[in-house]
Amino acid sequence: MPTDEKKPPGSGFSRRNFLKTIGAGAAATGLVREVADTAVVEAASDVQGPGEISITLNINGKSEKVSVEPRVTLLDALRNRLDHTGSKKVCDRGTCGACTILIDGQPAYSCSMLAVEAEGRKITTVEGLGTPEQLSALQESFIEHDAQQCGFCTPGFIVAGTALLNTNPNPTADDVNEALGGNLCRCGTYSGMVPAIMEAAKAMKGGA
Amino acid sequence: MKAFEYAAPGDLDDAIAMLSDAPGDSAVMAGGTDLVTSMKQGLVSPNRVVSLRNVKAINGIQEAGPDLRIGAATTLGELLGHSLVADLYPSITTAVKGIGSPQLMSVGTVGGDLLQAPRCWYYRNGMGLLADDAGAANFDGDSMAVEGDNRYHAIFDNKTAQFVSASSLAPALIALGANAVVRGPKKAEREIAVADLFRTPSSSDEREHVLKGNEVISHINIPASGAKNGTYEVRTRQGLDWPIVTASVAIASSGAKVVLGHVAPTPWVSDAAGKALGGKVDETSAAKAGEEAANGATPLSHNEYKVTLVKVAVKRAAMAAAAHG
Repeated sequence: MPTDEKKPPGSGFSRRNFLKTIGAGAAATGLVREVADTAVVEAASDVQGPGEISITLNINGKSEKVSVEPRVTLLDALRNRLDHTGSKKVCDRGTCGACTILIDGQPAYSCSMLAVEAEGRKITTVEGLGTPEQLSALQESFIEHDAQQCGFCTPGFIVAGTALLNTNPNPTADDVNEALGGNLCRCGTYSGMVPAIMEAAKAMKGGA
Repeated sequence: MKAFEYAAPGDLDDAIAMLSDAPGDSAVMAGGTDLVTSMKQGLVSPNRVVSLRNVKAINGIQEAGPDLRIGAATTLGELLGHSLVADLYPSITTAVKGIGSPQLMSVGTVGGDLLQAPRCWYYRNGMGLLADDAGAANFDGDSMAVEGDNRYHAIFDNKTAQFVSASSLAPALIALGANAVVRGPKKAEREIAVADLFRTPSSSDEREHVLKGNEVISHINIPASGAKNGTYEVRTRQGLDWPIVTASVAIASSGAKVVLGHVAPTPWVSDAAGKALGGKVDETSAAKAGEEAANGATPLSHNEYKVTLVKVAVKRAAMAAAAHG
């Protein structure tokens, strides 16, 4: 393997070591086929899965350990493994926004992100924004403005709205509409949500 | 979704070395917004996913002399928030804004936007890129995109493939003369025009872009040209959706360039429209450019309306470019 020679010792890994490492375990699963058939250079120390791997996720300020296959989405890990069911699974294809979470403070679709990709990043779910006993200003405002009907999309809107208010304390109606562009409400309660978010902005500044 | 191996090395060449050149065997993950959905739907089933999230070298926007060098893993949100990009290239910021979803902008990347798979609903429902693989017992093998509902499909270059290129950024980047730096195995690097990333597949074995399985876009270089530029997207809604027709116009002292999006399997350059604009853009020349751009369209059974939209989009993009700084 010419590529082996180029690599300084200890900088990763050689195909030979990879073959040794995967040895009996993976040989039976057909993984070796790819290694043998193609010129793929392996870095076994870095390649994980396809079985479960242990990862640590920082969720709402708390570290939580979980074992997942690399293919598991962050949404499924949150809901099915870690009992954070606030983020909802609706379209499961990055279109409706019901699964919206904050990742390092920015809104993201947790259905379209692998759980392994979220390791080392700050995840905030709707559970991290308020509790039934102590709602966030935006959650209060949603109730005040009757900004939900069936309520299933609401967690995603709350998170997307929070992302806006975190960066823009004085949003216009256009700003709010832009910030909610990645979320869908089939009941059509947008007309309640826009004032709810604008009023929450005022309340957060102590002006309400 | 099929189970796969996963790696997220910190070095681009290590990442490339982990990829297979065999089509579909491995997949590169940037933001993953398209890839994860595509894997769930079984449209792609790689044995290995190599994530670029730790490859810092392809992140961020640098001023390289007068040129701009954009790392392919730069998020669309970073691109939108960059003041120099906003000043020099409103055609780009308009296109990014049009993506319409903060959730996609915060995660999706420049390279991912360029290489996202087409949105053709027949492709997305498992009937293949050419929509000729329905698998149903009574299916006659002809393209569903020809025989079925093709209202959002191609009106140019639509003989062998009818899907439209999905990229929001490509028309603007091509109009601005941007290049893509493509990196392959053994540190092989080539710089090609963004336009040359795309191709119309002539058979179902071909993809809509020219990259091999183990090639990665590392950067996009935008040469300083001083061009006035603008983009206009015709959309059904302001929130998350892909445009129906996009036009991007760049007017430099050397001439104008007009590029359409979402009208052909590739971004569609209209030299005739560029000529019609020349160096002097006003309502008359902008309208003339729109007419020229629409010339030669071959609409399908349900999308003749897009020919009209091309005229409007080109005219409005040209006027937006003329109004730029």
